[in-house]
Amino acid sequence: MTNPTASSPVGSLPPDLSGAVASTSDASSRGIEAPRAPRRRVRTGSNFEMYSWLFMRLSGIVLVVLVLGHLLIMNVLDGGVHRINWGFVAGRWASPFWQIWDLAMLWLAELHGANGLRVIINDYSRRPGTRFWLQVLLAVSVVLTVGLGSFVIFTFDPSMGS
Amino acid sequence: MSQTVESRGSVTVPPPRRGSVYRGDAGMWSWVAHRITGVLTFFFLFNHVLDTSLVRVSPESYNEIIELYKNPFVNLMEVGLVGAVLYHALNGIRIMLIDFWSKGPKYQRLMLWIELGVWFVVMVPGVYFMMERTVRVMFGGAE
Ligand code: HEM
Ligand code: HEM
Repeated sequence: MTNPTASSPVGSLPPDLSGAVASTSDASSRGIEAPRAPRRRVRTGSNFEMYSWLFMRLSGIVLVVLVLGHLLIMNVLDGGVHRINWGFVAGRWASPFWQIWDLAMLWLAELHGANGLRVIINDYSRRPGTRFWLQVLLAVSVVLTVGLGSFVIFTFDPSMGS
Repeated sequence: MSQTVESRGSVTVPPPRRGSVYRGDAGMWSWVAHRITGVLTFFFLFNHVLDTSLVRVSPESYNEIIELYKNPFVNLMEVGLVGAVLYHALNGIRIMLIDFWSKGPKYQRLMLWIELGVWFVVMVPGVYFMMERTVRVMFGGAE
């Protein structure tokens, strides 16, 4: 997926002009290019950040229904949090509808939130080492949460209550 | 990281300005709040999945942990969580309208006020239903 023209910042310029272009990277210009400087290739051949941007929006739309619905059911309807106990969860997970609801909410909220956190870590961590380890920690927490949450939904055992 | 003023001959180059781009406008605060509420919800979710996984251990252990959610102080924190998630959801819809609706950028400020209005109108009955029983029991009412 590498772009052949991206390997050289000067692209296909004739050699006698390359020196002039290189001088635009002098610190005093602060990265502002000379007028009519050949366009630099910004794209690296990967659209990952664009898909990530789109995913935040698409998952957000679905999460509005899933999460706000979940909060309404858990905190407001029929006595809210006071009626929640093991039997209540068993009753809900007897229905595939709520199992799928919770599974979709688990995966989407976790991936949406983790992708948001990935961006935030990139924004604030100053040293590459810190950044790397925070991202590793984040990835581990995602695998743990999604794995454990899915496992619990799929292997829930209603006979424990009797 | 240093803030020293570089000088090149007679020309003094000021250090790059640090701090915010919006410089305190509503657009900045709505973004700050979106970020904080998103992170808060993410951390809650981590804890929430651990709590819920106790249904797989035993009914007693799950019931014990869920009792904590019925404690008056924790109940108040739940109100905070619901308020945070509701803000994040409404502001997320506003972000999507700014991005995808051709008139979105023009109405972004108006949409922020509408968003805060909707948040308030939903939270008033929300707080009532979430806290009514807790407050009643606290003042000696029946369970
Ligand atoms: C204080 C507010 C909340 C309460 C009382 C609550 C309550 C519950 C309960 C009782 C369950 C068990 C399954 C069921 O009955 O459907 C559950 C599961 C779940 N909740 Fe919540 N919830 C709250 C907030 C949230 C929020 C804000 C999110 C999303 C960010 C969320 C995401 C989930 C997920 C993903 C599951 C499935 C967990 C698993 O697979 O193990 N909940 N919640
Ligand atoms: C309820 C429906 C939700 C909607 C409509 C929504 C919408 C959005 C949107 C559109 C963004 C992208 C902002 C941008 O690109 O500038 C975003 C960012 C984010 N969301 Fe959500 N979201 C929702 C639920 C959640 C949940 C449940 C979590 C936590 C698990 C979460 C955590 C985050 C985080 C951490 C960010 C990154 C914030 C930043 O970079 O400043 N969101 N959300």
